[in-house]
Amino acid sequence: MSKAPTLSEAKTKALPRRNWEMAGWIFMRASGVILIVLVLGHLFIMNILDGGVQRINFAFVAGRWSNPFWQYWDLIMLWLAMLHGTNGLRTIIGDYATKGTTRFWLRMLLYVVSVGTIVLGTLIIFTFDPNLS
Amino acid sequence: MANGNAGTLYRGGPGMWSWVAHRITGAAVFFFLVVHVVDTALVRVSPDAYNTVIDTYKTPLVNLMEVGLVAVVLFHALNGIRVILVDFWEQGPRYQRQMLWTILVIWFVVMIPGAYFMLKHTAETLFGSA
Repeated sequence: MSKAPTLSEAKTKALPRRNWEMAGWIFMRASGVILIVLVLGHLFIMNILDGGVQRINFAFVAGRWSNPFWQYWDLIMLWLAMLHGTNGLRTIIGDYATKGTTRFWLRMLLYVVSVGTIVLGTLIIFTFDPNLS
Repeated sequence: MANGNAGTLYRGGPGMWSWVAHRITGAAVFFFLVVHVVDTALVRVSPDAYNTVIDTYKTPLVNLMEVGLVAVVLFHALNGIRVILVDFWEQGPRYQRQMLWTILVIWFVVMIPGAYFMLKHTAETLFGSA
């Protein structure tokens, strides 16, 4: 009825964590490529083009976010950058926090800050009110 | 070189230092990003609150820090491309060192006009426009 697992099945079952790390490794590269376009584009528009940061104010933000294109640009940039950065810091914590409890709590702090920032940013993009005074 | 592993990526040499720089720049950008989302969140508080904070971004000192931010992000982006090429391009590991010098040259060449346009207003404010 049941037969012994093949070597590849056994490896897959024995190392679920390694597959998860592999997914993270691929995510860093895939999100990185997309972020090059989104973040460098964002920095170019905001800091260099047409007077750069000097022209930014509430009205400028209102103008940009009246266009769904920039809303979704910012949304995708926010999520990818936060997940990319969170996974990077998770790796750094893993490398330098050698004590188990320190590592655990540093990572918990990281995840709380990360989720909070993603939720806050997402709400801001979609609840923005240009007529707020 | 003192150690016997010269030529491997992560044990001494430019390959290791680019890895260190990638970590430091990545962590720095993460912390800025969290702060930046919070400052942008002030658009939900009031236009005045947002404008007040954004006005600090226009001051000479913070303006200079923005050049630093762009420099750091640009390095991380260019070195990220290099990391991907080392991982996926069959000749990548062989040319990792040449690719490092290449991205540093690109970084420098892009930063010159970039810094010029970012600091133009600040320079004119501090030293008067020509």
